[in-house]
Amino acid sequence: MLEIRDLHVTVNEKPILNGIDLKVRAGEVHAIMGPNGSGKSTLAHVLAGRDGYAVGKGSVEFDGRDLLALSPEERAWEGIFLAFQYPVELPGVGGMNFLKSALNAVRAHRGQPEFDAVEFLRLVRTKLKQLKMDDALLKRAVNVGFSGGEKKRNEVLQMAVLEPRLALLDETDSGLDIDALRVVADGINSLRSPDRAVVMITHYQRLLDLVVPDQVHVLAAGRIAQSGGKELALALEESGYGGIDTTVGAAGAPTPSAAI
Amino acid sequence: MTARPEALYLDDYANRKAALPGGKFSWVANLREEGIARFDALGFATPKHEEWKYTNLKPLVRTDFGAASSTVSDITQDCVAPHLLADAHCLVFVDGHLRPNLSRLVQIPADVRASDLAKLLETEPDLLEPHLGRVAQLDGQAPLALNTALMNGGAVVAVHGQVAEPIQLLFFTTAQDRPVATHLRNLLIAAPGSSATVLETHVSAGGGIYWTNAATEVSCAANSSLSHFKLQAESVDAFHLALTSIHLSAGARYQNFAMSHGARLSRNEIRVALTGEDGECQLNGVFLGRGRQHLDTTTMIDHQHAGSRSDQFYKGVLDDGAHGVFQGKIIVRPGAQRTNAHQLNKNLLLTPTAQMDSKPELEIHADDVKCGHGAAVGDLDAEGLFYLRARGLDETSARQMMIAAFIDELIANVTPDSARNHFSGSAAEFLDGDSSVAGQ
Ligand SMILES: Nc1ncnc2c1ncn2[C@@H]1O[C@H](COP(=O)(O)OP(=O)(O)OP(=O)(O)O)[C@@H](O)[C@H]1O
Ligand SMILES: [Mg+2]
Repeated sequence: MLEIRDLHVTVNEKPILNGIDLKVRAGEVHAIMGPNGSGKSTLAHVLAGRDGYAVGKGSVEFDGRDLLALSPEERAWEGIFLAFQYPVELPGVGGMNFLKSALNAVRAHRGQPEFDAVEFLRLVRTKLKQLKMDDALLKRAVNVGFSGGEKKRNEVLQMAVLEPRLALLDETDSGLDIDALRVVADGINSLRSPDRAVVMITHYQRLLDLVVPDQVHVLAAGRIAQSGGKELALALEESGYGGIDTTVGAAGAPTPSAAI
Repeated sequence: MTARPEALYLDDYANRKAALPGGKFSWVANLREEGIARFDALGFATPKHEEWKYTNLKPLVRTDFGAASSTVSDITQDCVAPHLLADAHCLVFVDGHLRPNLSRLVQIPADVRASDLAKLLETEPDLLEPHLGRVAQLDGQAPLALNTALMNGGAVVAVHGQVAEPIQLLFFTTAQDRPVATHLRNLLIAAPGSSATVLETHVSAGGGIYWTNAATEVSCAANSSLSHFKLQAESVDAFHLALTSIHLSAGARYQNFAMSHGARLSRNEIRVALTGEDGECQLNGVFLGRGRQHLDTTTMIDHQHAGSRSDQFYKGVLDDGAHGVFQGKIIVRPGAQRTNAHQLNKNLLLTPTAQMDSKPELEIHADDVKCGHGAAVGDLDAEGLFYLRARGLDETSARQMMIAAFIDELIANVTPDSARNHFSGSAAEFLDGDSSVAGQ
């Protein structure tokens, strides 16, 4: 489904990703871990199509198509969803209107009829119930004045409504209370299906206890430094990232001069 | 040598003055004479005048505007209906003339008088005399002076009790075979303790080049409360100059919301005199421009008495090569202690070629005052746009949603719902890109 090959990305000429290789098949759940500043969010942003990142080398294919050639909205229509590490506040944009516009935009491009107000409300109510949320947040401007946990739950609600084929969750578990974490994990698990995939960026084993990944990767200094099964995360919980070589040139990749 | 551009209007006045309404009453005739003399003396302002530094009237001055013909244009109920509020009492003016058959006044309460200035100038001048030409100051205002000379239509609304339903004044301009000027003169009078909502709507049928020269005088007596809204959605080739002068007595509350997105060149000028303890005004507005539109908002709040409050918030959205102007002047007179005055202007420039001039001016002659002002110019928030697009909104929709949200902060304060929807609907139509090309 997703195939990243030797991806190099710079921001303001500063190298952030230095040759990422990652393959995610339909039906799989991957976890990406790694130290602060190692490039995890950068990778997620590049996949979602945010500008300001220069892709120097490498390629990303989604269902065999060149993902990097698509606009952010085209990626959303193709089924990519990024749950933001820092969800953006949209003053004046009502939550209901936002979610309905997003859903109908995505449906229109998938050749599905638009939802009217009644159908939309019915769907949202179902999802709210599954996520044990009430609709108060949706009556407010998107993310404005939301607590950290509320913002994360709002991302999960959007994901549940939009039903993406590839969900990228950037630290969606950070800042959630214990009950909310369980609800969010249930939300992710309910999305799991043979034709969907999930990539979770996380710092904590506790999420991986609830959403068990097929593969765990450690991103360090802009590269996948190590990959393994779910045991890798447990091992890291014991030993930290100390045992992982986080220098840029570690695996023989050329050291970009600007990095020195 | 070419004639002064003013000559056209001086001649027009000389030719028509005998036929202008109210001429048989000396105070009306004198007021008109005073107006034309002032217009003659002042002439049209140029950018050398401080108050007109950012708004150049040259394209207006270069156009020869005549008087509207008296033949009744064939505006039908169907043309008018889309612009009317469902729950309002409506006065409909076509090219400055009241059209009772298009208006909706049957259920108007007994404590409201809503009529045509042209008619009252003939039949009940005593009702007008204490107010007309007394709230608005002729100093330095050539368009107002000309309006005073040539005024021949507009609304008079006098409110005595509590009026729940909005009173709408719809000004329709029809396409003519030559440029035409309409000198609208409105008078809004709120009796002590009364309350009302008045909405002005300026639209055109058929577009074309015309000049709406509107002067509105508002007199709010003690403890009255008036909400005054205005939608300026004129033809894209039109000129719209409006001066609203407001006199607030002690304890009076005045709220103004103005949306402007029509006309090639427009100025919405509001002057408020707070003359008593506990007077309060809130001025809000939104201007939206594209193409080569020029939209000027100029305010002057004059705190003349201790213990009065003013609050202003204007937002501009400028696309293409549009030019916005905000000039906000606050005067606190000597002795006007405990004045509370705030002013804010925020603007979105959607292109590098759009332009905004924002100029606050505080003139404070008292020491116990709270005054603040702020201005900001920026582009749409890139993070917000990306967030919306990442959720599947195309770029155009994402931008529109963010612009709508930006202006909705101010539209949201408009009540009742029918009036708020009037504004949000008109803004949405403009932002969708096919309004103000007029005609529909
Ligand atoms: N616009 C920018 N200009 C300069 N440096 C940037 C910019 N954006 C990101 N970076 C840098 O890129 C590096 C990777 O950032 P990124 O947000 O991808 O890290 P992360 O792995 O998600 O970290 P965390 O675990 O703290 O969320 C950091 O060193 C960050 O400071
Ligand atoms: Mg991050």
